[in-house]
Amino acid sequence: MFPRPIEKSAPWVGIAYKVFLPIALILWLLPLIGIAITSVRPASDLASGNYFGMPSGFAFVENYSSVFKNSNIGWYILNSFRVTIPTVIGAVALSCLTGYALAVYKFKSNLFVFFLFVAGNFVPFQILAIPVRDLTLKMGLYDTMTGLVLFHVAFQTGFCTLFMRNFMKALPFALIESARVEGVNEFKIFWHIVLPLVRPAMAALAVLIFTFIWNDYFWATVMAQSADVRPVTAGMNELKGQYKVAWELISAAAIVAALPPVAMFFLMQKHFIAGLTLGATKG
Amino acid sequence: MAQTGVQPKPRGFWKTHQKTLAPWLFLAPGIAMFLLYVIFPIFESIWISFYQWDGLGPKTWVGLQNYRDLFADDSFYTSLKNNLIWLVLYLLAIPMGLTVALFLNQTVTGIRLYKSLFFFPFVISQVVVGLIFTWFYAPDFGLLPKLLQALTGSGKDFAVLADERYATLGVIAAGLWPQTAYCMILYLTGLNNINPEQVEAARMDNAKGLSMLWHIILPQLRPATFIAFVVTVIGALRSFDLISVMTLGGPYGSTRVLSYFMFEQALSEYGTAMGYGAAIAVVLFAIMLVFITIFIVRMLSQERNS
Repeated sequence: MFPRPIEKSAPWVGIAYKVFLPIALILWLLPLIGIAITSVRPASDLASGNYFGMPSGFAFVENYSSVFKNSNIGWYILNSFRVTIPTVIGAVALSCLTGYALAVYKFKSNLFVFFLFVAGNFVPFQILAIPVRDLTLKMGLYDTMTGLVLFHVAFQTGFCTLFMRNFMKALPFALIESARVEGVNEFKIFWHIVLPLVRPAMAALAVLIFTFIWNDYFWATVMAQSADVRPVTAGMNELKGQYKVAWELISAAAIVAALPPVAMFFLMQKHFIAGLTLGATKG
Repeated sequence: MAQTGVQPKPRGFWKTHQKTLAPWLFLAPGIAMFLLYVIFPIFESIWISFYQWDGLGPKTWVGLQNYRDLFADDSFYTSLKNNLIWLVLYLLAIPMGLTVALFLNQTVTGIRLYKSLFFFPFVISQVVVGLIFTWFYAPDFGLLPKLLQALTGSGKDFAVLADERYATLGVIAAGLWPQTAYCMILYLTGLNNINPEQVEAARMDNAKGLSMLWHIILPQLRPATFIAFVVTVIGALRSFDLISVMTLGGPYGSTRVLSYFMFEQALSEYGTAMGYGAAIAVVLFAIMLVFITIFIVRMLSQERNS
């Protein structure tokens, strides 16, 4: 293990480490802690210049209920779910298929197709934006959930294919071969043998894509206009304009908007990190 | 295909060819979507960049005029310069992430929770990160001016984001926060998989501290470093959300980067210069392509070796 485990050092080093750890954490999260405290401050505190002292009261209920009552944020959060969940399902489903094709079959253009997905995944959004918006307009899907979801599914398929293909490559190939020898058809092999084995990869992708899409801002701005479609990221920026200096309300809204991916992360931590660190360990 | 006629049953064709046809059937929906929404639009954008177009009316062919205009536009150079600053400073996330990872790579009680909490900034959206830092920097009541005042006795009205000299740096600092967390998690995973025997052997040989890190640990962390490099470069060149939330490209356009400049010209409420916007996007794409090529070449060589 590197660095040397603290237990093997002098006792005072261990104590110093344990004391410093929470201090380092507080410093690291200071901006976030500040926002969290501000979100429960009574408005009178901010008016009287009490930004950092002890809050004069605990206005959690007032601030958070005011945000939900006086803005569309509840609606925006619902919109975010309506974009995110279908995208997760669509992208994971498509990439199970593409990943399987690229991991299991040998054919001439296999690597070319694979790297097409990988490379497409890295391009800047701006090179896609004008044609994608135009295409969506022509299909009559501009400013609709479907339009936004279709694009997200297509784009995320790039990353998901990379992930699925590498995961499936590591599966025991003998299993598939022996099924083939017994004459099981290719689709049954996929459905009954491979799919049950890739459940962990599906879970990892699902949490990652959930977070990516929930946090997307660019496409939310470019492809959605009306409040019926606008996800919470785009909505947040609008709230910032609406509340101007009412930082206790902006903070409360920010915390609410950040909550679903945070909850997702803590619930599915193992899968989340497995997904993000793909490729970080093997040469 | 000509052979189908000779086959006794139509099912026979599928039987004999299923191994060659099956991959394409599996690929079809994914490839169709990806071509339609990702690959074709790239070429379409390049094509649009040779036209003058307001997005609705007819397109007028102008050849390279959009590019000539672009190369004579001061805003373009400001954006390009800022992209470069982003790229260089964003890479700091890699050593910073490594430092945090080394600090946290212990087994004291509760360390798992600490690791998750350190990772926190990466999970929340950049819009929220942008808001948090806008508040952090806010003159008079933000945390940073307060800290400056407490430490140096002045700077209470120091407005990072309204000052052309510091605004871009302020936005990048906000971006480094989640990016460092990302690099940290990559390195923690890498450190977890380090060969303990090699480390022990090196300890026997009296290797420690920095020389151990440099000669024994970092070579083993190379895959993590590569991924950290990829995601950080892409993140730097994709920077958009933070600028949009924190400065709107201001003050006086001084925090624009190519991605935001393109948005202003072609996609925002007032921007209808599609051809010009497309030309900006093409330049950004060309820069990215350099890095994409490096990544693909390396991944391809790994693929061939395995």
